This record gives sequence, C-alpha cells and structure tokens, in this order.
Amino acid sequence: MKSKEEIEYTQTAANVPDEWFSWKERDKEKLEQVSRPSLSYWQDAWRRLVKNKMAMLGLIFLVLLTIMAIIGPILSPYEVNRQSLPDQYQPPSMEHWFGTDNAGRDVFTRTWYGARISLFVGFIAALIDVTIGIIWGGISGYKGGRTDNIMMRIIEVLYGLPYLLVVILLLVVLGPSLGTIILALTITGWVGMARIVRGQVLQIKNYEFILASKSFGTKTFRIIRKNLLPNAMGPIIVQMTLTIPSAIFAEAFLSFIGLGIQAPFASWGVMANDSLGAILSGNWWTLFFPAFFISFTMFAFNVLGDGLQDALDPKLRK
Amino acid sequence: MKHMLKYILKRLLIMIITLWVIITLTFILMINIPGSPFNSDQSSNETVQANLEAHYNLDQPYYIQYLLYIKSIVTFDFGPSIKQPNQTVNDLLSRGFPISFELGIITIVLAVISGILVGIIAALRHNGFLDYLTMGIAVLGISIPNFILATLLIQQLAVNLEIFPTATWRSPAHMVLPVLALATGPMAIIARLTRSTMLEVLTQDYIKMAKAKGLSPWKVIFKHALRNALMPVVTIMGTLFAGILTGTFVIEQIFAIPGMGRYFVESINQRDYPVIMGTTVFYSAFLIIMLFIVDVVYGILDPRIKMHQKGGK
Repeated sequence: MKSKEEIEYTQTAANVPDEWFSWKERDKEKLEQVSRPSLSYWQDAWRRLVKNKMAMLGLIFLVLLTIMAIIGPILSPYEVNRQSLPDQYQPPSMEHWFGTDNAGRDVFTRTWYGARISLFVGFIAALIDVTIGIIWGGISGYKGGRTDNIMMRIIEVLYGLPYLLVVILLLVVLGPSLGTIILALTITGWVGMARIVRGQVLQIKNYEFILASKSFGTKTFRIIRKNLLPNAMGPIIVQMTLTIPSAIFAEAFLSFIGLGIQAPFASWGVMANDSLGAILSGNWWTLFFPAFFISFTMFAFNVLGDGLQDALDPKLRK
Repeated sequence: MKHMLKYILKRLLIMIITLWVIITLTFILMINIPGSPFNSDQSSNETVQANLEAHYNLDQPYYIQYLLYIKSIVTFDFGPSIKQPNQTVNDLLSRGFPISFELGIITIVLAVISGILVGIIAALRHNGFLDYLTMGIAVLGISIPNFILATLLIQQLAVNLEIFPTATWRSPAHMVLPVLALATGPMAIIARLTRSTMLEVLTQDYIKMAKAKGLSPWKVIFKHALRNALMPVVTIMGTLFAGILTGTFVIEQIFAIPGMGRYFVESINQRDYPVIMGTTVFYSAFLIIMLFIVDVVYGILDPRIKMHQKGGK
C-alpha cells in the first residue's frame, strides 16, 4: 500500500515544472570520446600473442638465438674451423663452454656459426616462398576465370612433386652450396604459400570495400597491394612461421645425408652428422648442442606459429 | 556418379602430368651432369667408351634419348648402376624396397592409430591436464627431427639400458627403435589435427542431437564425431607418406637397415647418378600415385565435395 506522499510525487513527476531543468551545453569533445582505447587489428593481435606464454617463450628464444648468431662467433676466441687434434673431444669446460669435437674444434663457436647458416637458410627460403607465393596466388585469385584455372592446374601438378626428393635431385646435379640449397628449397616450396594467398584473395575480393575501391577507379595492382594483401596478412605470416622450420629441418636433413652445406661452413646438420659416432663413445656434447638447437629452434617456430595462428584469427578476437 | 567419374579422371590427368614433369626433370638434370657417366676414375680407352655410349644410346640426339628414357621408365626399367658392377637399379629396388615398405607400413599404421587415439583423448579432456600434457609432447614430437630422435633412442634404450638391439632388421625387437623414431613426427601431427577437428565437431548440433537421443558417449564419439573429424587426417596422408618415405633414408642409414633408403643415400654419396635418378623416379611415382589414391578416397568419403567444380570457381 503506497502512502499519500508517494502517490502525490508520482503524479507530479509526470508534469515536472520547467525550472527544474537547466540548459547544458553539448560537449562535442566528450561526444567523440571512446571509453576504451581502440586497438587496431595488429595491436590486438600483439596483445593476445603476449598473453600466450609458450609463443612468447618461442619468440624470446628466437630473438636471443638471432643475437647470438650475430655476435656469438665474434665473442669466442676460437676460429670456426680451427682444428687442433690435441684438443680432440674435450668435455665442456671454462675454456670450451660446449666442449670440442672430433677435430678439436670449439663446439660453442660452431654452434652459433651453425645458427647463422640455419636461420639464414630458413629466413631467405621463407622470404622467397612468400614473394613468389603472393605474386602467384594474388594474381590467380584476383584475376579468376581462365587465368586462375591455368595457374591452379600448374600448382596442382607442382604440388604432387615430392618436395625433398626434388631438392635432393637438384642438389646432386648442382652441387651443394648455400645458394643451391636455397634455390632447391624454394623451387617447389612456394606452392603451399601460393595456395593460401589465393584462398584468402578469393574470399576478400568479394567484400564491399574492394567494390568501393574499384568504383573509385583504383588500379588493379594498387587494390591488390593496398586492400587485399594487408587483409590476407594473418594467414601469410602464420604460413611463413611454419615454412622457416621446415626449411631449417630440410637443411639439417640434407647435411645429414651428405648433401648439405660444405666446409668451410658449419651447419647444425653437418655437426650432428659428424658426431654420430661420438655418441656411442660417450662424447655426448658434440651431438647434444647441435641437436638441442635444431630441435629447440623448430619448437620455438612451431609454438610461435601456433600462437600467431590464434592471435591473428579475427574470429577469436574479443 | 558421373561427377565422381569426372573428378577421378581429372585427378588422373593431373597425376600423369606430374609424373611427366618429374621424368622430364630427371632427364634434363641427367644430361646436364658434367662429364660422361663412363668417364670415371677407371681409365678406359676411347673405343671402349664409344661402345659403352652406343650401348646406352648416349650417342643419339637428345630427343631420341628422351623418348627412349620415357619408354624405359614406362616399362619399369631404371637402368644399371655405374658404381656397383652388374647391378641394376631394379635389382637394388627388389632387394631394398620390400624392407623399406615393411618399415613404412608399420610406421604409418602405428602413427595413424595412436595419433588419432591421442587426439581424441586430448579433445575430450579439453584444457585439462591430459590435453596440455599430450599436446606439449606433440609439439616436441614435431620439433625433434627424426634423425636426432633416432640417435637419442639408440643412446638411451640400446646403449645405456640395453633393452633393444641397435641395428639391422631381423626380428620384431629390431623394429621397435626405427619405427618409433620414424613414427613420432607423423603421430604428433595426426594427434594435433585430430584434436582440433574433434573440438570443432564436438560443438556441432548433430552431436548434441546424438547425445540427446541418449546414445552412449562411446557411440557418440566413435560413430558420429570421429567420422567427421577424420576428414582432415585423410587430406594430409599424402604429405605424411612423403615424410615417412624420406625419413626412411636417414633412419635406415642410422639403424643399418638394408632397405632402399640406405642404398639411395649410398648412391648419393658415391654420386651413382643412374641409381639416384632411377630411385628418385621410382619414389616420386610411388608418392604421386599415393597422392592420387588419397585424393580419390577423400572424394568418395566426403559427400560435401562438389567434384565437378573442385578448385574451380
């Protein structure tokens, strides 16, 4: 049961006297204010990547590895290929932090030198794959029709070629060197990237903003470069982080079967291959360090790729 | 049915072109190898050399050599070895391939079955301890190259603990380590893939429906969910075959298994070009045909593929 005052109050509330109101200037600044800081796609992706502990572990490891690959060989007092038979198979000590190998070479120096080779091969191969893949996939997906059909048939044929066998074949004939290894790795390596770019382009090219851009009379090349590619960048980056470890693995694998980088270069695969016999005799460190760094580098790229996949997926954006 | 036939014919055509590309590639590479194959360390006089070249048709123009080469490959004749006298590539293949094949089949069966099981368990325990544990191991499994895993296994299980024999291919005990070294990578890939597709499938309405009908969880998982979760696994089988096949090169080398992979690596180290080329063509053809079979199986299994316009618009 309501009291009398309450009833009176509700009645007057319906016809409020004018003097109760006061005029308030509209604040234009405040109107535009956004309560939460706005995040671009990349800022948001970065924020989510930082939250992923494994991905950050991978990223930090890779940054440190890159730094050590650059300065490691300079820090060490030993030459990469300085052989010294009296120092053969020294266990890790203050003098040789990672020990020495079958020819008395310093494993610490060689490990960072190997990091240079592995990272270089991985990055350059991935970069070439991305470049060719973007051009091929971009044109194929954007042009469509007959062009797309022909370009995709070529890809389907190349996709069927067994990657490592073609690489082996080329290296047998061309002779193994840094340049030929990268050439062999990229000659069919770009196909996967081209497929991904094409799929992305096919999807994005039907969006309204592309139509808007076209109606302004923007040139095709500019549309691909400015509108299509930035929007397709997520999956491209993810694919790239997965291409690098496969190139690093391929290089190590090739070194292992005797088709890798030749002296005076030292790669992790060569080091692992050299120390196969040593492990049975108990000189574990000669195999341990290259093996650890190959595995951990692949691990770092894999978890970083996983993290990026989640971070760059717009569907998972909160 | 008509679409199906058209789809198969199209894949068949692509397969034949791919085979042609690899055959042509090996031919071009072969004629570009510096020096004559008979011009090796053994000093032979010019007449002998000319006779040898005539015998292998090396004195013919390239296009005739090319046609002869295609003919010999189609008739399954991969030529002689130049480093091992009186041996042909076919001899090596018939000796080594059955062993490699055995190793490969055991590896694939193990990788597929255990990979799928681990993937299901991880998906059912999503974000639980088992999920993190198995997926952590799976990332490690993908990251450690098989030749490094192989040496680790030899050192720990064969040399230190002496549980398994280190080398050769004689009894089931000999098979354990090489199969384990070779299967871990594919197993990890399958487990991760199965997990992610299972997670996706498990949220679908028809799974809710199946549960609502009162089916046992066992039946829901294996009859309804798994069937659809397996499709992506089928698509990567081609890549897995290729990975396992190239994996046998190093694994057979490390474990001293007298398979084809080991002959292949030996021929690479000795630069025995006919053997390298012949084996590559044989292996490539094998993989390309496998890829074709996988594609067709996928087409049959997945009713959603509109075969008449796959890869088109």
